Amino acid sequence: MTYSALALLRHAFTGNKAWTPVWRFPDPKPCYDTIIVGGGGHGLATAHYLAKEHGITDVAVVEKGYLGSGNVGRNTTIIRSNYLLPGNTHFYEHSLTLWEGLERDINYNAMVSQRGVLNLCHSDSQRDAYARRGNAMRLAGVDSDLLSAAEVRAMVPGLNMDSVRFPVKGGLLQRRGGTVRHDAVAWGYARAADQRGVDLLQNTEVIGIRVEHGRVLGVETTRGFIGAKRVGLAAAGNSSRVAAMAGLRLPIESHVLQAFVSEAVKPMIDTVVTYGAGHFYVSQSDKGGLVFGGDIDGYNSYAQRGNMPVVQDVMEFAVQLFPAMSRLRYLRQWGGIMDMSMDGSPIIDRTPIEGLFLNCGWCYGGFKATPASGWCFAHIIATGQPHALAAAMRLDRFATGALLDEKGAGAQANLH
Amino acid sequence: MRIPCPHCSLRDSAEFTVLGAADPQRPAPDAPPEAWNVYVHLRDNAAGLHAELWHHSHGCRQWLRVTRDTRSHAVLDAKACRP
Repeated sequence: MTYSALALLRHAFTGNKAWTPVWRFPDPKPCYDTIIVGGGGHGLATAHYLAKEHGITDVAVVEKGYLGSGNVGRNTTIIRSNYLLPGNTHFYEHSLTLWEGLERDINYNAMVSQRGVLNLCHSDSQRDAYARRGNAMRLAGVDSDLLSAAEVRAMVPGLNMDSVRFPVKGGLLQRRGGTVRHDAVAWGYARAADQRGVDLLQNTEVIGIRVEHGRVLGVETTRGFIGAKRVGLAAAGNSSRVAAMAGLRLPIESHVLQAFVSEAVKPMIDTVVTYGAGHFYVSQSDKGGLVFGGDIDGYNSYAQRGNMPVVQDVMEFAVQLFPAMSRLRYLRQWGGIMDMSMDGSPIIDRTPIEGLFLNCGWCYGGFKATPASGWCFAHIIATGQPHALAAAMRLDRFATGALLDEKGAGAQANLH
Repeated sequence: MRIPCPHCSLRDSAEFTVLGAADPQRPAPDAPPEAWNVYVHLRDNAAGLHAELWHHSHGCRQWLRVTRDTRSHAVLDAKACRP
C-alpha cells in the first residue's frame, strides 16, 4: 500500500474501512541471514537500510515488547547536527540529511519539521565556545548562525532575556534542526522494512545468544531458537544485558532520563530552545503541548521512571527561561533508559565474536541519530567494514584511548 | 528515593551525589593498560542489585556504599565506607 493524497481521498469515500494492517505478524523462521535484536528506531532503521541499500532481505527484527515501545517513543523528538568533534559532526550531518529525505524514502509522514534548534548562551565565554562550535560546523559544511541577543529576542518571544543571574547574551542557531514525530519514525521504518520482506517479530524476547568457537549461531528467544549468520544488537538501555548473553562486558551504564509534556496551549514556541545555564530543552508539539526535558537522574536505573529532584530541577529551569510556563500545568512525565557510554559517544562496531555486531552507547542523543545509526550499522553488518562516517565510533577506542568525548567530561557515564 | 545514611538516618536522595558502581577495584600503579581500561571503562551495569558509592554531600559529607535495586530503585542497605 502506498500512501498518497489520492489514497486518503479514496478511503474517505469508503468510510475508512478498507485500510489494511501496515505490517505482517509472521512466525519466526528457523533461520535468517541477519537478526537485529531490538525493534526500536535504530533496529528498524537498520533493517530498512539492510534491505534497501544492501539487498539483504532475509532479516528478522526481534523485539521483546511491541515495536517502538522503548526510547524512540519516549524522547523529546529533537533532531540536529550541531556537534563539535569531526568524528561526530559528519555522522550527525548525514543523519540530518537522511531526515530531510526520510518521508519520500519510506513513504510515511514522519512530520519532519525543520523549525530550528537554538542553543542560548549566557556569558561571554559561553558565546566564545558557541562561536567555536558554529565555526567547526561550518567548516564541516553544516549550517549554523551565531545570533546576537537582539536577534534572539526577536525570534523567541516570551524568553526571560534579562534575568539578573543568567541574562541571554545570544545563541547558536541551526536552522535545519527541528523536531520529528517520533512514533511515526518507528512505524515508518517498520512498514518500509516489512514491505521489503523483513520479518518483524514482536513479543519475542531474546534470552540468550548462541556462540560456538567464537562465532555467533543465533539467538535463543521466548519463541525458541532462531539461527542467523549475523546478529546485530541495537538494544539501547538493555545493551549491557544483551551483550552479557554473549559474554561481553561493555563501557556502558544504564541511566534514566525523564521527559515532560504540558497541557496544550496556543502556539507559543515555534522552534527548539535549549537553556545554556542549566540542562533544559523545550519545543511545542503540533497538539500544543510543550515538550521538555533536562538531565538524567544520575544513578544506574532500568526502571523507566525517575525521581522528584530532577522533576524539580527541570521545572525550575523551565520557569527561569519562560516565566509564562509557571502558569501551565504539566500533563505527563515519563522515563526512558539511556545506554550511557563512558565518553558520551556511541559505538557502532564489530565485536570480538564473529558475526556479532554492536550498536549502543547513544546516551540521551539517540533519536536524532536514528537514520545514520541504521545506515552505518547496516553497512558494517553487510560488508563487515565500519562505515567511514562511523569510523571513530569503535568499541576498542576505550582501550586505545582514541575517545570521542564531545563534552570533555571524562570516563564518568552520568556526567555526559 | 531516600537513603538510610548510617550517620544521619533516612534522608532524601537529593542530599546525595552518586558516583557509580562500588565494585571496580583500582589496579596497582604499574598494572598493564588493559587492567586500567577494565577499571576505568567497563561496568557490569546490573539490572537488579547494584552496589554503588554515594556521597552525602549536603549532609555528613561521608561516602556510603549503597545497595540498590536498579529495576525498582528500592534502597536495601547503606553502609559507611569508613567505619
